[in-house]
Amino acid sequence: MKGKPPMKLKKLSAALSAKARTGIAGFDEITQGGLPGGRTTLLEGGPGSGKTLMALQTLVNGARLDNEPGIFVAFEESTERIAANAENFGWDLAALREKKLFLLDAQQSPDLVQAGDFTLDGMLAVLAAKVREIKARRIVFDALDVLLALLNDPVAERREMFRLHEWLLAQGLSAVITCKAGGPANQAAPEPQLSFMQFMVDCAVVLNQEMVQGVSQRNLRVVKYRGSAFSENEAPFLFGEAGLEVAGARDLGGLSRPDGPVSTERVSSGVARLDAMLDGGYYRGASVLITGFPGTAKSTLSGAFSEAACLRGERTLFISFDSDANEVVRNLASVNIRLERFVKKGLLRLVSARAATGSAEIHLMQIKHLAQVHRARCVVIDPVSSLCKSGNENTAHNVAERLLNWTKAEGITLVCTSLLDEAAQQVASTPLQVSTIADTWIHLNYLVHAGERNRGLSIVKSRGTAHSNQERELILSKDGVTLADAYTAGGEVLMGTLRWEKERAMQGAQDKREAVKKVAEATLEAEEALLEVRLKAVQLELEVKRGERQALNRSAADRTSDLARGQTQLQELRGVDEK
Amino acid sequence: MKKIPPFKFRLYVAGDGPHSTQAIANLDALCREHLPERHEIEVVDVLREPQRALADRVMLTPLLLKLSPAPIRRIVGSLSQRASVLQTLGLPA
Repeated sequence: MKGKPPMKLKKLSAALSAKARTGIAGFDEITQGGLPGGRTTLLEGGPGSGKTLMALQTLVNGARLDNEPGIFVAFEESTERIAANAENFGWDLAALREKKLFLLDAQQSPDLVQAGDFTLDGMLAVLAAKVREIKARRIVFDALDVLLALLNDPVAERREMFRLHEWLLAQGLSAVITCKAGGPANQAAPEPQLSFMQFMVDCAVVLNQEMVQGVSQRNLRVVKYRGSAFSENEAPFLFGEAGLEVAGARDLGGLSRPDGPVSTERVSSGVARLDAMLDGGYYRGASVLITGFPGTAKSTLSGAFSEAACLRGERTLFISFDSDANEVVRNLASVNIRLERFVKKGLLRLVSARAATGSAEIHLMQIKHLAQVHRARCVVIDPVSSLCKSGNENTAHNVAERLLNWTKAEGITLVCTSLLDEAAQQVASTPLQVSTIADTWIHLNYLVHAGERNRGLSIVKSRGTAHSNQERELILSKDGVTLADAYTAGGEVLMGTLRWEKERAMQGAQDKREAVKKVAEATLEAEEALLEVRLKAVQLELEVKRGERQALNRSAADRTSDLARGQTQLQELRGVDEK
Repeated sequence: MKKIPPFKFRLYVAGDGPHSTQAIANLDALCREHLPERHEIEVVDVLREPQRALADRVMLTPLLLKLSPAPIRRIVGSLSQRASVLQTLGLPA
């Protein structure tokens, strides 16, 4: 049946096709499809805010992904410099420039003299010819403010902006105009030309860079978008290896990203008894949080999980913010968690991010990138609380949340640890509030009792899992990691020596019970034997009696036959006549 | 009188709009007054020959290029500010 697509879907696809997707990770989600197709977008931001790169990236992606040729008009930088910058992101402009991308060097020489009125007609004529030649669908005017400044007259500036806009609409080009905006302080009162441009265009995006306690934070915001819904919030972004990447906040009920698949498969935590406590292990694709004070073996549990994952043959990424990769291997080897073999095999990627600096956002992007490159099915982040180092307090929570959302959508099983400040005693909540969104939360702590400090493990929560509510003792030895039952006596959990003593006492009682049982068994055995002997004797007696009776019967029969024979002989002797 | 080499000009205009006609008229008048018999003017319409405009990086019109004598000079606008034009061309007012 050649059914027509439902009307709703048709409308939706028509609306989407009217957008020029940018191919910039995250940005197309925020704008629900990209920039307005055949219309003009203003990209404003301070120096170094990433306007030029973002604009160029939309052209490169348009040419690559949608086969839409584009023209880049550079007013401020030489085309060579722009191309060189682009090479850092592996965009391969050289190949594109042959047919699909034209870079127009429109810098005006500094010794240009003005003598009277002028217009942008020359540029529009040149561009019109070029648009026809390469069948361009997209165009970028980078740093248009530089050109407009030459006009040196607000009225002329407006007139030329208006003409440019009309020309763009007539050509049906998807255009991006970048323009310098002052710093954050100036944004309250933008320059008149800028505000006119904001009014004129169909879509306006502001790029921002600010320093928060010495950490650079970049974000962008869609200010307006005629005829389209968009996310109005500031979205953090960074320059990744392939260009701009925008952290698209997941909207409530957003279309852009469906829920990830939910698995009922269990994966081992690497500690057999912990699996038992969790009714089989962690769920595949779950996010697990291990909290605890320093030295409570958080890293060890993460290591055990990694080893188990590698033993299953699953590619695993282990990111340590605390130690060097070699230290992680060495430290875990001391408790018989041997990771080196998997590192050598390439199954396990150990990354030390100890010296890494940057915003939480950058860390998240890097983690994502590493996981994608490694094709990891399991990811360990030790500790995730490193994300909220100085300057990141505001964004770290959001970042952690998106990290968890992302691993869930990808079906990656995530184990992250979080350091708790012993002094603060923040047991009920972790600094990032990851605990509220994590699927399984395991808490490790020390129990100090009778002069000993022992490690305790308890499962605070585990969604969708029947789990033990008892605190266990975590035992690390050169043979590995295991859990021991904790005894409760008088309402207190016994660990360490106390547990050992209790175990010994229990063992003694057990031994005694077994001895008693052995005696009882022996007695019964003897009685049984006696009865068996008696049974045998009676059986023998029975045999004898039977024999006697048989003998008796036989002698009686013999007598009868003897008697008959005797009569015959007598008759013969007497000569009895035959009848 | 010192022999002054001839001046070569290329004037880019866009169609026959007011700026274009003004620029042509202003240049003509200036040359007749200051460079009689010692000038060559080529007028290029960017609408007809965009490739040439591209080659000379002409973004704004009208644009006057003084090709010789060296150095090359670029003057943008309708050339109505004569003093500024003369100064740029190195001619006495």
